Amino acid sequence: MLERFGYRLEPRVNPPGHIVFLITLAAVAIALFLTGVLFAVFGVNPFQAYGTILNKTLFNFRGFTEVVRKAIPLILAGVGLVLAFRAQFWNIGAEGQILAGAVAASGFALFVPLPPFLMIPAMFLAGFIAGGLWGFLPALLKVRLGVNEIITTLMMNYIALYIVRWLINGPWKGQSTTGFSYSEKFERAFWLPTLGTTRLHWPTLAIGILLALFVTFLLARMKLGFEIRIMGESPNAARYAGINFFKTTMLLILFSAGAAGLAGVGEVAGIHHRLVEPNSISLGYGYTAIIVALLARGNPLAAIGSGLFLGWVFASGDIMRVSLGIPSQMTGVVSGLILLCIICAEPFMRYRLVRGSSPPLSQTETEVA
Amino acid sequence: MDVGLIVSTIARALAFSTPLLWAALGEIYAERAGVVNLGVEGMMILGAVMGFIVGQSTGSPWLGLLVAAGVGGLAALLHAFISITLRANQYVSGLAITIFGLGLSGLLGRNFVGVPLNNAMGFVNLPGLSSLPIIGPALFTNQYLLTYLGLIVAALLWFVLYYTRLGMTLRTVGESPVAADVAGINVIRVRYLAVVFGGVMAGIAGAYLSLAYRPSWGENMTNGMGWIALALAIFALWDPLRAVGAAFLFGAFFTLSFSLQSVFNPQLLTLMPYVFTIVALIIVALGKGGRAFGAPEALGQPYERGER
Repeated sequence: MLERFGYRLEPRVNPPGHIVFLITLAAVAIALFLTGVLFAVFGVNPFQAYGTILNKTLFNFRGFTEVVRKAIPLILAGVGLVLAFRAQFWNIGAEGQILAGAVAASGFALFVPLPPFLMIPAMFLAGFIAGGLWGFLPALLKVRLGVNEIITTLMMNYIALYIVRWLINGPWKGQSTTGFSYSEKFERAFWLPTLGTTRLHWPTLAIGILLALFVTFLLARMKLGFEIRIMGESPNAARYAGINFFKTTMLLILFSAGAAGLAGVGEVAGIHHRLVEPNSISLGYGYTAIIVALLARGNPLAAIGSGLFLGWVFASGDIMRVSLGIPSQMTGVVSGLILLCIICAEPFMRYRLVRGSSPPLSQTETEVA
Repeated sequence: MDVGLIVSTIARALAFSTPLLWAALGEIYAERAGVVNLGVEGMMILGAVMGFIVGQSTGSPWLGLLVAAGVGGLAALLHAFISITLRANQYVSGLAITIFGLGLSGLLGRNFVGVPLNNAMGFVNLPGLSSLPIIGPALFTNQYLLTYLGLIVAALLWFVLYYTRLGMTLRTVGESPVAADVAGINVIRVRYLAVVFGGVMAGIAGAYLSLAYRPSWGENMTNGMGWIALALAIFALWDPLRAVGAAFLFGAFFTLSFSLQSVFNPQLLTLMPYVFTIVALIIVALGKGGRAFGAPEALGQPYERGER
């Protein structure tokens, strides 16, 4: 059809970075445009709505700290998922791994007598390990038995959710919280420090950035990173090269799921200061982190940027609800739209429009080869 | 265990397994054509919310069911377009639809949360059969029409899949799209139809929850059932009749776990279906020596004509 106009599609083997970036940007812009249409449906002028949102998120100090605060779990879990996706390990279980981290941190804060200067590092370590362990079963089943990890990681999310619910209604239910389902509050000394009077628990943010740097280094310079990349890009070559799939996958999931676990620690130790309802600990961060990782296209440092962007979407959701009367469920719709638009934009990266008619067949074949 | 308990367990298992069966049957057909649909959960929840909204505002649950089927099919059409025509990653496309569907359903249904459905689908008692001893109350009393329909549809789909030209076409497309193409089959069209069919089935599964089983709307009310249906398709080795058994087994285990309420905390029992799902996948994998045995050969691979 295109040829009638003197154009044809030519496959692009390795789309250059700036093309990928521009197309991703365009996809996100389309998603935000569609969101604007939804604003109009709710009787809110889209320009005014975006004006209000920008004013209260980006041009306002407190608002901006909220954006960053929401971005923290997304960056942590997102970096972890970038690593997993690079190995073609479809970890959809960040949500459960966040909860596992939150439970471990709460367990330490509530029941383990430790001095304050040891408690905070201990909580992070416990959260990292718990998150990692939560990913172990799906990883083990994938390498050893070829069980689809998408379904198992997802099932682990639900299992984690109901365990948290059981804990806060049963064994860990606080004595002083009659009528509410949450644990006792952590001792004040165990709360993560925040930036001034904001809710920005900066230690978690620092860990997130360090982790992104570490994973970048891991992928680019370390043997494990090399093995992860080969395993993802060409499993047959990896097998031929004698890479130990079991060891590599287990280490990979430890970091990937452990990162999500750290996010869970930040949420309970930095914000709630107690174990609360699973839907309050994570507002779907584990699922949104999938979008963060896909937007980052395999680059851990880019996950900081995409994490901040989706953090902005979350923070905007609050503004929409409070200032514009738009229901809070809009955040989920916007996240879904963004992901749909990115996936639809993918062919534009794989092909380019060129002038001229198709090259002769033989030429195409040599090109492919 | 006394007879009464067995009877009630079977009856409740059948009711619980119905949405799983509908969704799994749809997924089996989509996967038989070679397309994985991770959007089942999203299509189910969209079916549930739209079915409820239409059922509530028109007073007709059947109209709601029809709309739910249509909405599921529409969402599946989007999945088909992204994964078949655009040849984008099927996993991501399905996930996107699930995330979008969960968000959109919450938005659409926000004013309906906790509102009981005025005119829900009623129980159907099969005349004659329901008065049989034991079997009557276990299988043919106080069930919904969709439960029986699901069993009939499963048998039909099984027959079509293995004994008709259409089924042969479907299987060929999923096993070897190249061979199908050479044989003059329109691979793209077959895949589109199978995926959309899967979406329609998922929509019906969702509507069963909001128009019959509950009958009400609650955010995230499918609660992972779409994902369990995906696992069931694997557990049933992509066979519609086996899916009946698999779904029922799930329902039975789930129902039975509730008779342990006195021993275990009920909150912990709610996580049983998810544990069963993992166990079921392990059993299949162990049985087949760690290979995805029975999976359509070209599952998950986009088809491009003249690729090789």
